Amino acid sequence: MVDITNQNEFFHSVRLDEELCKGCTNCIKHCPTGAIRVRRGKAYIIKERCIDCGECIRICPHHAKYAEKYPFEEILQYKYKIALPAPTLYGQFNNLEDTDIVLNGLKQMGFDDVCEVSQAAEFISEATRLALKDERRPRPVISSACPAVVRLIRVRFPNLIDHVLNLNAPMEEAARIAREKAMRETGLGNDDIGVFFITPCTAKITAIKSPICNIKSYVNGVFSIKDIYPVLLGCMEKLNTEENENLKNSGIIGVSWASSGGEAAGVFADRYLAADGIENVIKVLEELEDEKLNDLDFIELNACPGGCVGGPLTVENPYVAKARINHLRKYMPISCNHLPSNEIPKSLCWQKPLEPVSIMKLADNVREAMIKMSRMNEIIEMLPGLDCGTCGAPSCKDLAEDIVRGKASIEDCVFFTSENTDGSNTIPIPAPFRKSEDK
Amino acid sequence: MSLFELHYEVPGDDFTRAGEASGDVKAHLKKLGFDPATIRNVVIALYEAEINMVIHAGGGTIDVSVDPECIKMELIDHGPGIADISLAMQEGYSTAPDNVRALGFGAGMGLPNIKKYTDEMIIESEVGVGTVIKLRVDVKE
Repeated sequence: MVDITNQNEFFHSVRLDEELCKGCTNCIKHCPTGAIRVRRGKAYIIKERCIDCGECIRICPHHAKYAEKYPFEEILQYKYKIALPAPTLYGQFNNLEDTDIVLNGLKQMGFDDVCEVSQAAEFISEATRLALKDERRPRPVISSACPAVVRLIRVRFPNLIDHVLNLNAPMEEAARIAREKAMRETGLGNDDIGVFFITPCTAKITAIKSPICNIKSYVNGVFSIKDIYPVLLGCMEKLNTEENENLKNSGIIGVSWASSGGEAAGVFADRYLAADGIENVIKVLEELEDEKLNDLDFIELNACPGGCVGGPLTVENPYVAKARINHLRKYMPISCNHLPSNEIPKSLCWQKPLEPVSIMKLADNVREAMIKMSRMNEIIEMLPGLDCGTCGAPSCKDLAEDIVRGKASIEDCVFFTSENTDGSNTIPIPAPFRKSEDK
Repeated sequence: MSLFELHYEVPGDDFTRAGEASGDVKAHLKKLGFDPATIRNVVIALYEAEINMVIHAGGGTIDVSVDPECIKMELIDHGPGIADISLAMQEGYSTAPDNVRALGFGAGMGLPNIKKYTDEMIIESEVGVGTVIKLRVDVKE
């Protein structure tokens, strides 16, 4: 049996179709961690920096960036196949009145069972409420549900790691519940059961293939919402709704996790904040780092605009999807799932702590970093400051940093000419950008 | 002369830009690889002092000298000066106007907070002339 789980620490689900990449500068300018450069006419990802948020997939006008795809036939290698739909999936269909139609449709596609991720989310909501009762936890507690945010924190905000809630994401818990149920009911072994997540985003693919807080994911494979959408829609249309099995097992709290603010609402904290969109998330983390948000108990952060409904691998506009989920959840019970006791089960907790990844600093010791930074500032003075991106770096500042890191050279600046090497020490501003008083 | 220096002109007429200098210092210190606790102390103290400079003194200049052992900051303004420094150091004492209180400032915690987060704090002030604040944060690791 092929184990598709990859333990490579720098695995990334974001891929580049070299044929389609024009080497334009759209993606490099939108990357929140400055992880992309154009090299030899193609976008190149700096593996250590990428957090798999999928911003580049969203922004690429040539559709050259995509999420790694897995053939649907992969499910056939397992005797018993389980689908885990993210609650975002429910918001993708027009005129949907019952989530059971989606769940029965998934079974029609070839799955033997389904387990709603929103079901597991209700356990996580309850565990979060218990975690907030623990006075020893540093406040505010930051949600760990969005894997792009967790990776952003370990790369750019390592001193906030203690604030991150050490609980598994609902997807992981759903996979564990579904797998254990299947083993119990079918008598099959672990290796015969295939668990597949239906994902709205790239970051979840990476979380499955290369988990950072668990040894191994309970999920075997992953399909994006947009890839399975046409087939699933066909299956849903063919269903005789009279014969539908009752498969749904989650309430308002679980389903609401699909959009920004839903998770926080299920925590019942008075003092909380929910931010979405990677730029807004970064602003909140900056303020948190400066201890300006110490009066909050809980912070929910989602890298995608609107929350998971805004994921790069969805089909529907996030705001439309959110409105549909709000309609669907209307007559649902508040919550269908409850923890067996007032203790957080160990199975819900991370197996290993979140470790910082230091990629921002210029050198291993401060003295050496200072020399590099002084040199970097000298180079910034020389560059035209247009941030045109033609050198392949997002800004003149980033080019200067790449130069002192030994990854680029001043000749990469298109405005640099050999005359600069002897005479002046600044690069002339090209004519279209020149003000009348400039030479 | 320190190994690395930063200089900022803080405009006094645009409150929305207050905090930019401390944000830039933070970005530099992260790149230099200072430990998170040191960076936090520097940034919080400098942020408070920078906000004060904009609220009370119509802006000024900030000079930051960075050495591997410590980070020194000097904030110079030509504002009204502080008449009674020991009174200003008391928690809860504030002369901030209502318009900045509406934004959550003016709780009288500025100077006490700066003291809390720094290893040395020297205030030299003359009424009608201006204020010089010198701060030092020692590197913990």
